[in-house]
Amino acid sequence: MSANDFLSGGFAPAPESADHFEIKKSYDLYIGGKWVKAAKRFETTNPATGEVLSEVALAGKKEVDLAVKAARKAYEDVWSKMPAAERGKYLFRIARLLQERAREFAVTETLDGGKPIRESRDIDVPLAAAHFFYHAGWADKLDYAFPGAKSNPLGVVGQVIPWNFPLLMAAWKIAPALACGNTVVLKPAETTPLTALKLAELFEDAGLPPGVVNIITGAGPTGQALVEHPDVNKVAFTGSTAVGKAIRRSISGTGKKFTLELGGKAANIVFEDAPINEAVEGIVNGIFFNQGHVCCAGSRLFVQESIAQKVIKKLQKRMESLIVGDPMDKNTDIGAINSPEQLERIKALVKIGKEEGACLWQPSGGLPRKGNWFKPTLFTECAQSHRIVQEEVFGPVLAIQTFRTPQEALTKANNTPYGLSGGVWTDKGSKIFKMTTGLNAGVVWANTFNKFDPTSPFGGFKESGIGREGGVHGLAAYCQLSH
Amino acid sequence: MSTSGIPKTYKLFIGGKFPRTESGRILEVRGPNGEFLANASRASRKDFRNSVVAARKAAGGWAKSTAYLKGQIFYRIAEVLDGRAAQFIAEGVAQGATHAKAKADVAAAIDLLVHYAGWSDKYQPLFSSVNPVASPHFNFSAPQPTGVVGVIAPTGGSLAELVSVIAPALIGGNTVILLAGGHPLNAISFAEVLATSDVPAGVVNILTGHRDELVLEFVKHMDVNGVLLCSDNAEEKKAAELESAENLKRMSLQPDQALPQSPYHILDFQEIKTTWHPIGV
Repeated sequence: MSANDFLSGGFAPAPESADHFEIKKSYDLYIGGKWVKAAKRFETTNPATGEVLSEVALAGKKEVDLAVKAARKAYEDVWSKMPAAERGKYLFRIARLLQERAREFAVTETLDGGKPIRESRDIDVPLAAAHFFYHAGWADKLDYAFPGAKSNPLGVVGQVIPWNFPLLMAAWKIAPALACGNTVVLKPAETTPLTALKLAELFEDAGLPPGVVNIITGAGPTGQALVEHPDVNKVAFTGSTAVGKAIRRSISGTGKKFTLELGGKAANIVFEDAPINEAVEGIVNGIFFNQGHVCCAGSRLFVQESIAQKVIKKLQKRMESLIVGDPMDKNTDIGAINSPEQLERIKALVKIGKEEGACLWQPSGGLPRKGNWFKPTLFTECAQSHRIVQEEVFGPVLAIQTFRTPQEALTKANNTPYGLSGGVWTDKGSKIFKMTTGLNAGVVWANTFNKFDPTSPFGGFKESGIGREGGVHGLAAYCQLSH
Repeated sequence: MSTSGIPKTYKLFIGGKFPRTESGRILEVRGPNGEFLANASRASRKDFRNSVVAARKAAGGWAKSTAYLKGQIFYRIAEVLDGRAAQFIAEGVAQGATHAKAKADVAAAIDLLVHYAGWSDKYQPLFSSVNPVASPHFNFSAPQPTGVVGVIAPTGGSLAELVSVIAPALIGGNTVILLAGGHPLNAISFAEVLATSDVPAGVVNILTGHRDELVLEFVKHMDVNGVLLCSDNAEEKKAAELESAENLKRMSLQPDQALPQSPYHILDFQEIKTTWHPIGV
């Protein structure tokens, strides 16, 4: 039985190969341009198979301190003194090297994180390279980014990133920090450390001066030690709202700058005059992209009452054709759930959804036997108070509600502590702008969903976070402005 | 400071009305030589919560009103304030300022209002962008107001200080609850100016009271989206930051003095929204 046995359509397997590069048996910490050993180590596994891929170092307080010291030294001695255009050249070079090794990074990302190779190949890696290329050009143009104000670097930046877009988040964080003249200590998530460590290899190849970027691996306590280190000037975190709030508390009174990019519960709103087939594709992309491990996922669907039955039928038909299985197969639509812990969280919330009275629907196929999997899932008959409507599932689970008027859709959509993203589907331009201006969310997609670009600012309202990443607005997060 | 011998009752300003504090407590205000000036209101937590309700109710309409209208209302505040300058100068003198200083304070407040009136339709293009994404989409980012903003004024309490801290948030389309600083009288007289300048009810709410019993209420309230805290007290700032985490309030921590005029202080209480739409047929 192949890993693709969920598929009813009958495509032949089309697996990507991993024989053209090496994932080392073990990785140390990348500090001050050197690979530094740590007393403890931990394993990183392939969530689709459970196989151990590598063993990486666990940074403790001592190693965090070493990394911050290395970043401080690099900031004082090298990076803050370097002409801005030269900083930019390093970033351009990193973008190029990443493009050259794109296939290796895509395969590593898929093996370590479980996302379909099609996504890591077509989205994660190209976008990561684009982020370095985009920000490279800003390095010597910051005087034009803030009209009437002067910008200065902040110093040492501590960055903690999640497991859903490991390489892309590293690029989002590192590229603007360096372009604005800061040095970096970055901690990737414990379940997906490999592409960040490979990025460190690439920095070596690019000749990036030692200590400008330091990569330390570990879990929550490592991140906490980094965030709380007294010599860190700025904290950038992407992850859950609960951890974001804890970080906000822990840096209170320290004067550290911060950006938080946290959870979401995006409303995807479909009107009766929408192009239905495109909308169904948008709904699927909105919630099942990256197994729903997406902070801006369209996890709440609002369908206008008059077309609800039609849309749900079409959606179910489309979901029957989604291929859940081997992430390395180029035909796969939905890969593995990132970790057993995340799978348990999804299962627990889905159980609550059923208990609270929502109606569950899943496609008929089976799932691979090994690894972490969850079927794409719909809930209908959802009430605004249901936990599957209020809480972020961070999995392939869609809660469907209906509405009659645009105002009702807006009121329901905004009735959540989150405010990261939202979607609107209609053929009528004035209705698009009524909805996009009325949604309390930082990113709004009209007749599309889950699009990202380094030139386009991303970030949340309300409890979805503070600050923006990308575009001219994202630069402010890494500069001290005087005005 | 009436010359006709009818002293004014200084009350609070909530939702466009002038209620006494529900707590029945007073804040006795005395002049530099200890002479009695007034019994201002010592606002309570409940007064603050009522202010949040009023500010929230006004938030949608104020945010949606045109930039042109907001600019004209600001200019109108300046006009009305100018017409009542003598009263504010007298109030300043009664509270211990020299005549020259009181006069300069009112002039500075008027200048700030005129300055920010002009920003009403200019900060948006300054902080907006059309983003050249590498896909067939039209993509733009623009600021929109954060919502309900609490402002803890500098302790000096001059009129110009007070205007400097509320003007950026207001012209940016937020509604404001102001906790006045040291001199509570001019803050409440300023409320009379606001009430006669076409500022919609609830857009500005002004409380007088004890700072140490109200600051944390501002940062704890779950329906307040942002707080500007003018403070040089490290403990007060840390405590406020800790409480602000619960709903991730936008915090602007500023020194205990007038806020320098800058469009970047308008940006302190703006959220950047990015909109995508495909280009095609």
